[in-house]
Amino acid sequence: MRSICIVLMVLALSACSQWGVKPWERSVLSKPEMALDSSPLTSALDDHIYFSKEASSGGRAFGGGGCGCN
Amino acid sequence: MKKHQKITLALATATCSLMGGLPKAQAEISPDYGDWDVSAALLFYSEADRVTAVEPVISAKKQIDTDEIISLKLVLDALTGASASGAVPTNIAQTFTRPSGNGSYTTAANETPLDDTFIDTRVAISASWEIPLSRMDKIVLGGNISNEFDYTSIGVSSLFSRDINQRNTTLSAGLSFASDSISPKGGTPNPFSDMLPAKDAGYSATRLASSESKTTVDVLFGITQVIDKNSLLQFNYSFSQADGYLTDPYKVISVVDATTGIPIDYVTGVAIVPGTTLSQVVYENRPDSRTKHSLFTQYKRNFSGDVFDISYRYMFDDWDINSHTVDFRYRLKTSETTFWQPHIRFYQQSEAEFYTPFYLSGSQPTAGSKTEFSTADYRLGEMTTMTLGVEYGHVYKNHGWSLAAEYYLQTSAEPDNKVGELNNQELSPDVDAFMLRFNYDF
Repeated sequence: MRSICIVLMVLALSACSQWGVKPWERSVLSKPEMALDSSPLTSALDDHIYFSKEASSGGRAFGGGGCGCN
Repeated sequence: MKKHQKITLALATATCSLMGGLPKAQAEISPDYGDWDVSAALLFYSEADRVTAVEPVISAKKQIDTDEIISLKLVLDALTGASASGAVPTNIAQTFTRPSGNGSYTTAANETPLDDTFIDTRVAISASWEIPLSRMDKIVLGGNISNEFDYTSIGVSSLFSRDINQRNTTLSAGLSFASDSISPKGGTPNPFSDMLPAKDAGYSATRLASSESKTTVDVLFGITQVIDKNSLLQFNYSFSQADGYLTDPYKVISVVDATTGIPIDYVTGVAIVPGTTLSQVVYENRPDSRTKHSLFTQYKRNFSGDVFDISYRYMFDDWDINSHTVDFRYRLKTSETTFWQPHIRFYQQSEAEFYTPFYLSGSQPTAGSKTEFSTADYRLGEMTTMTLGVEYGHVYKNHGWSLAAEYYLQTSAEPDNKVGELNNQELSPDVDAFMLRFNYDF
């Protein structure tokens, strides 16, 4: 599984040079809802719930510490 | 009014530049970058018969210079309810000592033991400062403090990013450090010692210190790529190293009779008698370090105003836990100002190598053992979870609001080594929760 993920990442990185837009083609990408984290408060609340209920955290951003979460 | 000020200032600046430089007095006038941009949210979270949480959060952001932004956030987290202690259910009522060592609580027959004194309020404050380093480089510095009655966390972070490839590719690298301390009720327990009442002669030997600490270092590398004028893609790799006290001081493991599977009385060593004796439970013990690796990818695409958003995370660690998380949202634009957004999240994890849902009497490690590890905390067991939700929102020119309702279900695997009465009991019952969230952008 790990090796598949790494191979997929390498393939995707090599594809980066083929992708992209000109500055004047960014009208859609600049919309707030197209931001990768378009609702940071929602993400933070979700991360806190799942951090306290599951054994994984982070990925999108830093996992960190921050609560006793019994 | 503010637009006029900005235009006036810009014209004045341009004119003075053409005339050979700004007069000193005018050069010190700082441009007006607008007011604070404030957002707030309120989360209500409720598990059936267990934890209920109310979590208000407010954040404010302000541009203080060209591409320079400061952000502040305040979170309150009020928890009440009951939390699974780790002990097993059985066919007769069981009595347990409270974590403080004072008092006791009784769990009815065939019910999962839940510590019903679980109540806490957490306050967290965080701040970040986004600083442009050059036309293509920036850094975001952050800090946070979180406090609850038995837990304190202080953290700092920095995230550097560079745009390349005509700003179509963004490379980022970050480092964060957190220092946490925990001061559990009654002190930190001695691993594998019996959970005794404070009045018991042997009680003092079951507690070690008034507080313990841990540190967490996270490293994050990311790449964000614009694919075309409607879509973009992100990859992150993150590494997390936690060292120190990683045990949950409130979690215990039942000791049951090897034949009948009934919890035993910690004094007599025979089956408990409902209402008169305490079930024997021993404190858990986890390793004092954990190394986690996460691979995360997110793809986002605009379809004529609708937004397709999917992410996947693979996590693995040296506790032998690995997990898969898929998160999908589809933002359906229903008018120029309204949207609906269904949300589906799927999560699956394997169990920690030291996950031990119960001990057969006599097989538990010697009290005080620091070299053996085990936990009955179902959150470190094999588990599958599903979240289903929907959000409705209104977006106006300068503000907006949304309301989301979500259902969360945790399904855990039953251990395959159950004996006697344990075969009639569900050691890890499903846990479901309902969430309601309201967001408002001022």
